[in-house]
Amino acid sequence: MNVRADPTRQLVRLRGRSYVAFVFSPVVPIVEWLAEIDATLARSPGYFVGKPIVLDLASVDLSSAAIAHLLGSLSERSIRVLGIEGVDEERLAANMPPLLTGGRACVITRSEPVQKVEPEAKPKPTSLLLDSPVRSGQSIVFMEGDVTVLGSVGSGAEIVAGGSIHIYGTLRGRAMAGVNGNSSARIYCQKIEAELLAIDGYYQTAEEIDVSLRNRPAQAWLEGDTMKITPLN
Amino acid sequence: MAKVLVVTSGKGGVGKTTTTAALGAALAQSGQNVVVVDFDVGLRNLDLVMGAERRVVFDLINVVQGVAKLPQALIRDKRLENLWLLPASQTRDKDALTDEGVGRVITELRSRFDWILCDSPAGIERGATLAMRYCDEAVIVTNPEVSSVRDSDRIIGMLDSKTVRAERGERVEKHVLISRYDPARAARGEMLTIDDILEILATPLLGIIPESQEVLKASNVGTPVTLNNAESAPARAYVDASRRLMGEEVAMVVPAERKGFMDRLLGRRAA
Repeated sequence: MNVRADPTRQLVRLRGRSYVAFVFSPVVPIVEWLAEIDATLARSPGYFVGKPIVLDLASVDLSSAAIAHLLGSLSERSIRVLGIEGVDEERLAANMPPLLTGGRACVITRSEPVQKVEPEAKPKPTSLLLDSPVRSGQSIVFMEGDVTVLGSVGSGAEIVAGGSIHIYGTLRGRAMAGVNGNSSARIYCQKIEAELLAIDGYYQTAEEIDVSLRNRPAQAWLEGDTMKITPLN
Repeated sequence: MAKVLVVTSGKGGVGKTTTTAALGAALAQSGQNVVVVDFDVGLRNLDLVMGAERRVVFDLINVVQGVAKLPQALIRDKRLENLWLLPASQTRDKDALTDEGVGRVITELRSRFDWILCDSPAGIERGATLAMRYCDEAVIVTNPEVSSVRDSDRIIGMLDSKTVRAERGERVEKHVLISRYDPARAARGEMLTIDDILEILATPLLGIIPESQEVLKASNVGTPVTLNNAESAPARAYVDASRRLMGEEVAMVVPAERKGFMDRLLGRRAA
């Protein structure tokens, strides 16, 4: 094909967009004002992250160096300034945020409470207990730890666990243990008729499981990168 | 207190419709007010097995969509005056069923009947899930073969999660009905044993229906097998199953099985 598309001229399209910015109005002494900021940050860290911040210097008289120092102090607190208002342009160095004018005051609707209620740090459960049979077609996924099933796991059902899998019944479906890379996870069952066993990504299908093990209590574990399946007791 | 019972299986061709008709007729014969509802929209069969195919005017879809009133769609059986049929539509498909619509129809049926038997379509899609949605009890029809048993296992899982009762934290009472059981093949070890099936499904047994020509004969003449030849083996097995549904203790008859087996089966049912 000889058809060649002529490069079309890209048109620069200018669009307008408005954001509500937080306005910081530092007052002297700056050190105390910064302490206030620190107190806010202590109550809710990351409160200013991703928010547009404008620095209003109208109520202070700062030299170019002092402005640079203030910007540095804010940047240490991970606060990046979008623009500066209320100051003569000549006091702003080239690497500073630009001078802004024409801002209108507005009410800030807070999308998050200033004081976040810290949820009681409950320890996450590290095991999951299922007291009924797992039926064909059901998929139990528990990445946080061990899964124990009081009953059988049907053909066509699967158990996926970050830790070990214990089945007090017949395992006819699939069991995948140690899926987070936990190679010391094991699979135990009272009767093994599994379709597939996997530990940390190493797997064996029903065909590869020794026939002599079938219908017996068994466990599977990893030895290096080979899966071992042995009868229990 | 009306009971909504779904006859389901997952797999097709295992005998759901035969079972619905046979159990419905057996329950009606013992004096219960019974309606059998065909949920197999688009592939309706229950009207044929019940011998009512020439009297269908309105159907379940018409009632669900509010086109017809329930009494207009209900067809009374010619043999038993307390046995009714709510047929499915043959021209529509399962998408015409809505959750609220089915719920409304079931509620209305509850006020009129003692037993509402829902004949589920095969599969696990909309028709099957809506047939089981409002049930109190379920009969899971299983043939003694691995594919049927695995599908039944899947359906039991859905009964425990997708029904209104399950969502409210209540349980659906489930029964396994083994159909097309062939004693000769069982003796030769060509079928799953009843023990195997019950072990896999971990659900109480409602009955064992022997494979029989009587079933085919009955459906050909449009009569539930329990009415066509009440003395036949499948008819007796269905009548026993219907009595167990009503809470009677009936000894389980396993066609041509060794002695002592019965005790084990009964032991399971109590569990």
